[in-house]
Amino acid sequence: MHELSVAGAVVDTAIAHAAGRPVSVVTVRAGHLRQVVPRSLRFYFEIVARDTVVQGARLELEIVPGRLGCRACAHEWDVDSPAFRCPRCGGGDVTVLSGDELEVESIEVEEPTPCTA
Amino acid sequence: MHRVKVRVVEDALDANNTIARANRADFDRHGVTVVNLMSAPGSGKTTLLERALSHWHDGPRVGVLEGDVAGSLDADRLAHHHVPVVQLNTDNGFGGECHLDANMVRSAMDALPLDEIDMLIIENVGNLVCPAEFRVGEDARIMVSSVAEGADKPLKYPLMFRACELVVINKIDLIEHVDFDMDTFLYHLDAVHPGVTSLPVSARTGEGVDAVRSWLAALPDRVRAVA
Ligand SMILES: Nc1nc2c(ncn2[C@@H]2O[C@H](COP(=O)(O)OP(=O)(O)OP(=O)(O)O)[C@@H](O)[C@H]2O)c(=O)[nH]1
Ligand SMILES: [Mg+2]
Ligand SMILES: [Zn+2]
Repeated sequence: MHELSVAGAVVDTAIAHAAGRPVSVVTVRAGHLRQVVPRSLRFYFEIVARDTVVQGARLELEIVPGRLGCRACAHEWDVDSPAFRCPRCGGGDVTVLSGDELEVESIEVEEPTPCTA
Repeated sequence: MHRVKVRVVEDALDANNTIARANRADFDRHGVTVVNLMSAPGSGKTTLLERALSHWHDGPRVGVLEGDVAGSLDADRLAHHHVPVVQLNTDNGFGGECHLDANMVRSAMDALPLDEIDMLIIENVGNLVCPAEFRVGEDARIMVSSVAEGADKPLKYPLMFRACELVVINKIDLIEHVDFDMDTFLYHLDAVHPGVTSLPVSARTGEGVDAVRSWLAALPDRVRAVA
C-alpha cells in the first residue's frame, strides 16, 4: 500500500526535473529499511505515470542494503531485519549509515536532435 | 529524437519536506507546538483525544486538525467535547487519501485558530505505513497501537514505530480477550525503536490516559529545550 505513495513521490520528482520532455528511464535508489517492495513499486509506478511525461518510462530500481552504526561503541553492522540495538554492546543509540534513502538518482529524457545540417 | 541523461539526486520526498518546513515555520511563529497522531484504522486515535481533551483544564490550549478520509464524523465527536476542531477532507470523491501530506495541512492553515491555541494535534488518516513517510510540519509524533492488533506489529511495521516519539498502547481493557502479551510487544518495540517511551492506556475506561495528558502538557517545554 505504501508503494503507491512512494511511486507518487518518485513520479512527481521525475516530472519536476523533466521540464516537459518525455521521460524514458527513471533511476531510483531505495534503502532496504524503507520497506519498498520492488514488484509493487513497479506496478504503481506505471499507474501513477499514466497521462504524464513519465508515462511508459522504465523504472530502474537499486535497493541499498541497510547498515547501522552504534554511537556508544562504534560497531558497524549490516541489518536485514528490524533489529536496531547494537549486537555488540546492546546500546540503543544507533545511526543509520545506509538503507534509508529514497532517492531519484537520474532520469533519461527524449530531446529533439538539433539540426546540424 | 535522442536520449539525454539528467542527474537528479533528490530525495523523492523533498518537495513534501520543503512544504513541511514552511508549515513548521508558520506554527513556530504562532508559538504552536504540533503533534502528528498516527495509527492503523480504528486503533482509537479519536477516542483517545476525546478522553484526553474533555477534562483538559490547565496546560496548553489544544486544537485538533482532523484528517479523515471522508465525512466529518471524527470532527463532530470532538466538537461535542468543546475542542476547537478543523476538518481536513482528503476525499477526492473516490474514498480519499491514505495519509496526510504537508500540502494538505498547508491548505488548512488559514482555517486554524493559531492565535487561540498553544498546541495543535493532527489526527492523521488511519494507516500503518504511509504516514511515516510524510512529515507535515510537526514537532512530535505519537503512534497509537491497540492490543487488538497483536504484539507483532512493531516488527511488521518498523517504519511507523521508528518514526515516533511516543507509542500509546491502547485498548488494554481488552487484553484478556485478545491474547495480547505485553512483554512480547515491548520486546519487539525495543528492538525496532530502542528506548522509545510507551504508555499503556484504555481510551474507553480512561485508565492510563492521565499519563498521556502529562506527556502532552510537557511537550511544548521539551520541544523548546531542544530548539
Ligand atoms: N474496548 C476498547 N475500545 C476502544 C478503545 N479505544 C477506542 N475503542 C473503540 O475502537 C473503535 C475505533 O475507535 P476510534 O477512536 O474511532 O479509532 P480511530 O483510530 O480514530 O479510527 P480512524 O480515525 O477511523 O482511523 C471505536 O469503536 C472505539 O469505541 C479502548 O480503549 N477500548
Ligand atoms: Mg479517528
Ligand atoms: Zn555498541
